[in-house]
Amino acid sequence: MAYPYVSEHEVQVLSKYFGDPMQRRIDTYVERGGYQALKKAFELGSEGVVNTVKESGLRGRGGAGFPTGVKWSFMPKESGRPHYLLCNADESEPGTFKDRELMRWDPHQLIEGCLIGAYAIGAQHVYIYCRGEFFEANQVLARAVEDAYAKGYLGKDIMGSGNDLDLTVHQGAGAYICGEETGLMNSLEGRRGEPRVKPPFPAAVGAFGMPSTINNVETLCAIPHIVTNGGAWYRQYGTEKSPGTKLFCVSGHVNKPGNYELPLGFPLMKLIEEVCGGMRDGNALKAVIPGGSSVPIINAEEAGRCTLDYEGCVEVGTMLGCASVIVMDETADIVKQVRRMVDFYAHESCGQCTPCREGSAWTAQILRRIEDGRGTEGDLDTLMQMTQQMVGTTICVLSDSVAAPVQSSIEKFRDEYLSLIRRGERVGAA
Amino acid sequence: MAAMVNLTIDGHEVSVPRGTTILEAAKTIGSEVPHYCYHPGMSSPAMCRLCLVEVEGAPKPMPGCVTTVMDGQVVNTQSEQAKSNRQGVLEFYLVNHPLDCPICDMSGECDLQDYVHAEGREHGRGREPKRVFGRDDFGGDILFYGDRCVMCTRCVRFMSEVEQDHRLTVVERGNRSVIDTFFDEGLEGTNWHGNIVDICPVGALVSKDFLHKARAWDLTHTPSVCTSCSQGCNIDLHSRDNLVQRIKPRENLDVNAWWICDYGRHNYEWMNQGNRLDEPLARVDSLSEASGWKDALKGLLDRVDGLDNVSVKAVASPFSSNEDLAALSSVVDALGGGDIVYRSSAAGDEVPLKGFPQLVRRKDLSPNATAADLMNMTRVGADDASGGLESVAGHDGIVIVLGDSLPDQPVDFGENAGLYIYLGTHDSPAASNADYVLPVTSHAESEGTFTNFEGRVQHFDGALQAPGMSRPAWLILGALSAERSSGDIFRCAADAFASVGKQVPAFSGISYDDVGSRGAVINESVSLTGD
Repeated sequence: MAYPYVSEHEVQVLSKYFGDPMQRRIDTYVERGGYQALKKAFELGSEGVVNTVKESGLRGRGGAGFPTGVKWSFMPKESGRPHYLLCNADESEPGTFKDRELMRWDPHQLIEGCLIGAYAIGAQHVYIYCRGEFFEANQVLARAVEDAYAKGYLGKDIMGSGNDLDLTVHQGAGAYICGEETGLMNSLEGRRGEPRVKPPFPAAVGAFGMPSTINNVETLCAIPHIVTNGGAWYRQYGTEKSPGTKLFCVSGHVNKPGNYELPLGFPLMKLIEEVCGGMRDGNALKAVIPGGSSVPIINAEEAGRCTLDYEGCVEVGTMLGCASVIVMDETADIVKQVRRMVDFYAHESCGQCTPCREGSAWTAQILRRIEDGRGTEGDLDTLMQMTQQMVGTTICVLSDSVAAPVQSSIEKFRDEYLSLIRRGERVGAA
Repeated sequence: MAAMVNLTIDGHEVSVPRGTTILEAAKTIGSEVPHYCYHPGMSSPAMCRLCLVEVEGAPKPMPGCVTTVMDGQVVNTQSEQAKSNRQGVLEFYLVNHPLDCPICDMSGECDLQDYVHAEGREHGRGREPKRVFGRDDFGGDILFYGDRCVMCTRCVRFMSEVEQDHRLTVVERGNRSVIDTFFDEGLEGTNWHGNIVDICPVGALVSKDFLHKARAWDLTHTPSVCTSCSQGCNIDLHSRDNLVQRIKPRENLDVNAWWICDYGRHNYEWMNQGNRLDEPLARVDSLSEASGWKDALKGLLDRVDGLDNVSVKAVASPFSSNEDLAALSSVVDALGGGDIVYRSSAAGDEVPLKGFPQLVRRKDLSPNATAADLMNMTRVGADDASGGLESVAGHDGIVIVLGDSLPDQPVDFGENAGLYIYLGTHDSPAASNADYVLPVTSHAESEGTFTNFEGRVQHFDGALQAPGMSRPAWLILGALSAERSSGDIFRCAADAFASVGKQVPAFSGISYDDVGSRGAVINESVSLTGD
């Protein structure tokens, strides 16, 4: 297919039709077995769907890895109030580009997943909060939703089941923090995109004050396959604690960057060497950020030991996050990379919590000073201490995401900082 | 009564109603958890992160302002973790705070100063240039110094939740966030915006009226009651150099909570007005200085003895205290009996504070009309407190005027009077015919009580030194009636208040102690005739 690179290691469940524009058409989607999972879900009943998803062990693909079936079971039964399913399509984590592809190439897979999820939690309305910059994805989704309404997969009495369901695609306006679940809800409601204090949790008080569940695009895309094939089928892939397949967004200094769908537990080095065709120009590996820019950076030695599942990443002191693997070779300037990440977070901090509002901007200032050769060794202690004050002290985890790359890079690449501080010399050319 | 929850805070056993927050529970043992964004009168966004406390068993430090207490909870507000968190947050605040305390109006009563002095780092580590927003005129009485702002959003929430007029918002995000108004008029035309200066924990929002006028530590705070309407908001008079410099609300959840209206807040210049009457004057041939109070009062009573017609017509003021009004009432009875009238101005509309509905700027723009009504004084005149005195002006018996400076009355007022006694703070053309002009103290200079629209008796203290020989009216009038009825003279305001209870049934059973600093509602069986 035309899609950039494909590897024989891939297990293509969600990404099977990447690169095939025909899949966007509802007729093609239905011909290829689409919306059959929805029919089966109606037969299973909402309890049945939740149990199937629980059996599959599917964990949230947005980064936290919380079991989806368990999350769904938190929704109150018979609350007498409207329930909402929110699909988080505000993919903005630097290094991540899986949801965009899922929406671009296979929009009906997502819509079907949303429908099943909404049915499972008793929701009458689904909101897909799509990142505003995803122009193509937004257009494709809008067309797909129109088609689904026309064919009776959305609206009143879906497929003659007596279930009504509406779906709205909402475009974000370009704030990273609106990808945080409660920030997304505020933004959806027309307020400032600021995360809310929890408790109350969304399952009790969510969008518009009603019980809500929020799932990532990739999570919902996996649902039709799980419902069709059963929880046990899904468990054949991946590890005991991290079952299933996952899209890995590989970027950086590899020969073949791209989206690869692999079973969880795949070794990181195998991903770089075999799936992605090795390092660019045969350079040596220096560092990897395995889960998007908010997770701690790991060095080459740790990368060698790392397997790509939720537990394997924790073992080497990082996190799988949303599996956005950023690979850096020996030419990378770690201080500059970290500073750029912190700049991003300082720019995207919503400004509510003091440690994040002031701390992220201050961290960026200090890093820039170090980068410009005007740092002191004391700055490193200051950075370590102040970023520690930003961990676990705020409403959401954005400030933890500032601390992660700063602390891990100072621990693992202290020499690069020191060489800038002492001699004003940069390492690498980037 | 709500179920009680038992927990431990800093080693102290605490028992508070279910649903209480940790921050409020800590207050019960006298421990204040530092905070900015939390205010008891508004919702809490838990965003300043200063009130994070350690709760045993919790994975992360918990915000004390929104975390409710649980049975058996063990809370540490002074643990290493809690302290180091506060130190960290305070350091973050100082990254961009300008530290222009020497020219900041808030200096001396600033929460950032206090907290940093108590728990901040000895030396700052910030070397970076500070962010600059500059100043903005928010309209009304408000100036905004963006650089000093700690982004607690109390002002935004006051306008949206309490005044319920969304005039302020946060614009931009991250450390570029700044408070701003939506339109050019800003806060202009709102009636309660002065409160955002009070709730601003730093000097970001300052009053134009008070700008650079006095340092906080030079001000004497005197508990008082607002005279601008019959709501009776509790206030503090802040004075320096024997001048009231500003008015601040004083917390009383039964009356005004933490708020006062802008009209009342800025209505204090009259307290500082000069050109006062400062010695008793008596008419021998012409009006001239009497040789002291004793002679003046003795001469006055001698004059009364020589009168044919001793019926009295008196004009009282709803700005006088309960004590003054009752003393006037007893003097009238002691001299020969008669009528007392009063005049009060009324506003067109009430101005309610939507988020705290029991607080309203009342139509009745005087503080004590309720008491005048209870003492059977008759309201006369128009809504601008003019006219209505025809029968008094030409009365040929005794005329007494207390507290009303008669601005609308002609110079021939009281020309037929057998005896015309004028008690006031300022001279008046209408006092030209007075036989005795007796200087009294103003509201800001004396102790007393007011009765508000709902019959709540509230105490105020004197903030200023009274000029010259002026005396409280209850003291002067009390001495006259004591002389006449051979009773005891009042030695203090409490004596005068005790006598109010004997004269007026509605006030019976309330002692000065009952009134305290929160007020006491009068005998409910006595119906109120005021509004």
